Amino acid sequence: MAKIHVTTKINGEDAEFLCEPQQTMLDVLRDELSLTGSKEGCGSGDCGACSIIVDGRLVCSCLMFGAEASGTEITTIEGIANGDTLHPLQQKFLEHAALQCGFCTPGVLVASKALLDANPSPTEEQARYWLAGNLCRCTGYDKIIEAVMDAAAEMRGE
Amino acid sequence: MYAPNFAAPQSIDDAVRMLGADGAKPLSGGTDLIVQMRSGRNRPDHIVDLKKVPGLIGIKAEGAGFRVGAATSGAQLGEDKALVAAYPGIVEGAELIGSTQVQGRASLAGNLCNASPAADSVPAMAACGVKAVVVGPNGEREVAVQDIPVSPGKTSLTKGEFVKEFVLPALPANSGDAYLRFIPRTEMDIAVVGAGVQIQLAGDGTIAKASVWLGAVAPTIVEVDASCLIGTKLDDAAMAKLDAAAQAVCNPIDDKRGTIEYRTKVAGVMARRTAEIAFKRAGAR
Ligand SMILES: Cc1cc2nc3c(=O)[nH]c(=O)nc-3n(C[C@H](O)[C@H](O)[C@H](O)COP(=O)(O)OP(=O)(O)OC[C@H]3O[C@@H](n4cnc5c(N)ncnc54)[C@H](O)[C@@H]3O)c2cc1C
Ligand code: FES
Ligand code: FES
Repeated sequence: MAKIHVTTKINGEDAEFLCEPQQTMLDVLRDELSLTGSKEGCGSGDCGACSIIVDGRLVCSCLMFGAEASGTEITTIEGIANGDTLHPLQQKFLEHAALQCGFCTPGVLVASKALLDANPSPTEEQARYWLAGNLCRCTGYDKIIEAVMDAAAEMRGE
Repeated sequence: MYAPNFAAPQSIDDAVRMLGADGAKPLSGGTDLIVQMRSGRNRPDHIVDLKKVPGLIGIKAEGAGFRVGAATSGAQLGEDKALVAAYPGIVEGAELIGSTQVQGRASLAGNLCNASPAADSVPAMAACGVKAVVVGPNGEREVAVQDIPVSPGKTSLTKGEFVKEFVLPALPANSGDAYLRFIPRTEMDIAVVGAGVQIQLAGDGTIAKASVWLGAVAPTIVEVDASCLIGTKLDDAAMAKLDAAAQAVCNPIDDKRGTIEYRTKVAGVMARRTAEIAFKRAGAR
């Protein structure tokens, strides 16, 4: 089977790639496009380390075929910061020590960004439910939630 | 090496033709199919992505009912205020599927056609009389959702057929639906028991019609004989009969989530609790 030619937009820039039909978007990002920020924790939709935003929707890139990216707009962890300026979420994660090994962090950040895009004023409970698909084996989650709530407040100008 | 074909047809006819090929499988959100492909359990020769077919994604109000595109994501269902107001039970079932990420892709058709007895969106759809519009080489037919899964992993769809959309019937007056599931955690788990209920009230506030379906307690979803509720306002006697009727239709498996005895007992509890919510919703309309 011939490779599939896909044109898409990633982090605001036009992108194109060739992929095998069974290659996931996560494989494409990491192996074809050298965007290795997205991680593979499980490959089965359970851990959220591979989270990306496709046409405004948070999804697991391990549960999407690369071929499905055709004509879409994608945001990955590499597109969260504004050049050298960290996104408020990234800054707050550092301030609150919301990461230890850091493996879950790209996925948590992308998922948190999607949350604040959809709802700038989440309650703590809403944030916890929204992030229930992002597993972290280090932090115990409290610091992650504190950082997200603090970033949300800062982004609201509070 | 395993190397399937991938195609994203843009018309029903092309999709039907492509799905007629040996070893072809439809793809909606991929949250079951891709997991199964990666574990080697499912190895389709042709992946046919249905999401570009017109009508497969989207929600249309139709009279007092709705048509929901087969591949519409759970997230989209939850954002449709009119749909949530009319069929809160169906939407709460769909929204229980997986995490926010899974919700971004998971569809009603995938949930139904994966044919898991624990599929969370199916009991409430059955209770509400939802029909699947199936298209295939011989044209179109409407099938009650409960007639699509026939056993775990198997459906009644024949070669080349797929679900195009769901018809949610015009909302009966004074009716309410609900879905509840029991899981050992608060999120991200497979139902030990799920219960979907629709209740319609008569003018005097008693129950005129009731439909109760259980998931995860038999190889397919099963209907509970809810005749004991008719003419009542869910008094204790009616509830006790519903509990017994629910337990009577259970034929569950024993697994780490629950023994046969436990699932059977919980089925009675879930039927009662879900009926109570549906009854309240019906009364509030
Ligand atoms: C982390 C995780 C958590 C989950 N949690 C839950 C849960 O709590 N409850 C639950 O019920 N499920 C759960 N699931 C399973 C899955 O997400 C759901 O069953 C989902 O609704 C499947 O929809 P999909 O669109 O992704 O299906 P797909 O994976 O695209 O398809 C599933 C099956 O249906 C077939 N199919 C797809 N579309 C059609 C169509 N239009 N016509 C005919 N056949 C079709 C496919 O060929 C395949 O066999 C979970 C999955 C993951 C990965
Ligand atoms: S790698 Fe995608 S959810 Fe774990
Ligand atoms: S910081 Fe290690 S998994 Fe989250």
